[in-house]
Amino acid sequence: MEGIKDDVGHVPLLEAEEEEEEEEGRRPLRLRGSYLGIFGSTVFLVSMAALIIYQGHDYYDEAKIENKGNNNNNYNKVPRGVAEGVSAKSNSFLSETTPSYNWTNAMLSWQRTAFHFQPERNWMNDPNGPLFHKGWYHLFYQYNPFSAVWGNITWGHAVSRDLIHWLYLPEAIVRDMWFDINGAWSGSATLLPGGEIVMLYTGYTHQQVQVQNLAYPADASDPLLLNWVKYAKNPVMVPPPGIGPNDFRDPTTAWFGPDNKWTLTLGSMLNDSGLSLVYKTTDFINYELNDHFLHIVPGTGMWECVDFYPVSINGSVGLDTSANGPGVKHVLKASLDDTKLDYYAIGTYFIENDTWIPDDPDLDVGIGLRLDYGKYYASKSFYDQNKQRRVLWGWINESDSEVADITKGWASLQTIPRTVLYDKKTGTNLLQWPVEEIESLRLSSHEFKELLVKPGTVVPLHIGPATQLDIIAEFEIELLGSEGIVNNVEGCGVGAVERSAFGPFGILAIANDQLSELTPIYFRLSNHGNGTSTITTSTSFCVDETRSSKAPDVSKQVFGSKVPVLNDEKLSLRVLVDHSIIESFAQGGRTVISSRVYPTEAIYGAARLFLFNNATDINIKASLKIWQLNSAFIRPFPFHDTQ
Amino acid sequence: MTNLKTTTTLFFFLFLIVMTSLPSITLCDEKLIESTCRQTPNFNLCVQSLKSFPGSATADVRGLGLIMVKVMQSKANDAINKIRELQRSAPSPALTSCASKYNAIVVGDIPEANEAFSKGMPKFAENGANDAANEATFCENGFNGRSPLTQQNNAMRDVAAITAAIARQLL
Repeated sequence: MEGIKDDVGHVPLLEAEEEEEEEEGRRPLRLRGSYLGIFGSTVFLVSMAALIIYQGHDYYDEAKIENKGNNNNNYNKVPRGVAEGVSAKSNSFLSETTPSYNWTNAMLSWQRTAFHFQPERNWMNDPNGPLFHKGWYHLFYQYNPFSAVWGNITWGHAVSRDLIHWLYLPEAIVRDMWFDINGAWSGSATLLPGGEIVMLYTGYTHQQVQVQNLAYPADASDPLLLNWVKYAKNPVMVPPPGIGPNDFRDPTTAWFGPDNKWTLTLGSMLNDSGLSLVYKTTDFINYELNDHFLHIVPGTGMWECVDFYPVSINGSVGLDTSANGPGVKHVLKASLDDTKLDYYAIGTYFIENDTWIPDDPDLDVGIGLRLDYGKYYASKSFYDQNKQRRVLWGWINESDSEVADITKGWASLQTIPRTVLYDKKTGTNLLQWPVEEIESLRLSSHEFKELLVKPGTVVPLHIGPATQLDIIAEFEIELLGSEGIVNNVEGCGVGAVERSAFGPFGILAIANDQLSELTPIYFRLSNHGNGTSTITTSTSFCVDETRSSKAPDVSKQVFGSKVPVLNDEKLSLRVLVDHSIIESFAQGGRTVISSRVYPTEAIYGAARLFLFNNATDINIKASLKIWQLNSAFIRPFPFHDTQ
Repeated sequence: MTNLKTTTTLFFFLFLIVMTSLPSITLCDEKLIESTCRQTPNFNLCVQSLKSFPGSATADVRGLGLIMVKVMQSKANDAINKIRELQRSAPSPALTSCASKYNAIVVGDIPEANEAFSKGMPKFAENGANDAANEATFCENGFNGRSPLTQQNNAMRDVAAITAAIARQLL
């Protein structure tokens, strides 16, 4: 049974006393006197020790230092001057001799996207409280009103009719109360059956404690939900005993259960084990903490932005967060603070005691599947009751330097919202797919059928401009030469230059004619003979940023993962290209990779699209349909116009 | 008088238990500086930088991080002063580029790291510190081996790397 441990360790001293006492029970009066003496000395010593320990010393930080020591064993070997430590912004793209790049305004302006949500300027991070209300989709987001780096966080706000065409609104939640003065951080909305909206969000108090606060629309009949009221007696949840004041954040949407209570969960950690706490409420003001966690996974560190929701194993529609019963599985997702990666696992929710276990413990939260294998974090889903689908948002940070962000005046994007479904064919994956409303941006299209691409060749696709595209492609493989080739080079390797028998092959996006800058999105197949005649094939799906830009001061990684491919399936991909972001989906969304690119030459009219086949032993036949995509013209809400 | 003997013995053992367990709970905050600095790329510089600030003796790890951000600020100021001096005597594009890098450190990275440490979001302190180290490196490399700012850039890079390592300990 999982539970919260009381980790104040001075108790044994007193217990030793009591055992001694029982042995000598013959003369109670004298014993009591000496017992008092011992008790008094113990109290004195313990309180003296406690005073020294707690004075100006963060107990929780100390515990973390002891536990985290092992994670930093690289430090003694780090050469002087190389900044170690993975961070969301500066990945290991730095070498001793890396010069920076003279970014021009043209290059920087090109980076701004045409149809991905981003504020007009400044910094954004986690998506917050997404919901649909009175005809409008709402998106809130962590926003810095003053700078293109994280800080001064408030809740930005935007609305849309269709999840694509967004209109900026004034900030919804600012830091103006003691319970959020140091941060109005992430949170979620719960829609009540009567139509009321309840928003729970994490506030960082004036005393530097993470708490959960309640807010609600000032006027629920306002379709734009412009103004929000904070509950006067906030916070409604504070860190419980045993949980650190900085390990308590990001409450989820609540779900209603057979106990006639609302249940919600939020992430935390104990001794480097990530976990999800469970709270129950009937009024969203008073909460009871469950004595066991929803789930805990050792070694995963702090769980941020926990998301918990049902999926239909039938796989055809999204489910309301309160849905349950046969034919329903539950997804638990966490953003790992330590690694800046989003993980999910599919499993079973035991509503009787509010615990959850994964279908496959080897693919548990934090150690198994990722929602997105690229630059992606802090994702959050909501149930769209308008179209009965579960929609997923994800934050895409920049991969360039902060100098560039400050120069260009903005940082970060949200993904195109994705529908989420259980993949009933594999039973192991979720399927993510861009919401269908993106098709409203489609302009002209080009179609190619069964283009032959021989080993070691690149085929240009003449489609006109190539910076705003929706690409759907299928690939067939023709084995060349003898059948018996076994190639067990698998995975994404060092990138698309690494040739093997059955890959890589795919497309080159944001590439120029000279191919001096290019971003391959590709498959690599491998098979493993294991002595018998059985050969198993595995497929990897990858995005290679290493040549996406000549500039040395941007992060350029190879991202990817294995993707399940069933026997009757062709290899398929969908790619959304939008200037400096590329979202790539394999096999209907079983594996997704979001990528940021910052080319210096393959911009504007110089950007092209190609097919490529860098495998050695197969021909590729590719069929593609490619649309030009219009801008979404994301702009401030036109309050001044008469509607 | 068996009880008094027992009492005394018990008291003595109690005293021993408490006193021997105290060191492992880090009684003295100086040990916190050392244990924190052991997990950074440059122990000596870390200890020396922290101890040069009076508040470090009683600071927790987050407080040590905030002190290191002040050290970063001071190194950035050194670099900026040197850049201004050089811009008068030996201006160059590389120097101008360095000016903008250090400007970004001062208006972006340092406030970000400061706020992130204060507000319990260490991952953004790590971002800011890592980026500051990168900017210093870019500045240095822009001179192609004949940099007049090597001392300042190295100093910036080193303290920023220490700051990032302290942030990581808080994750």
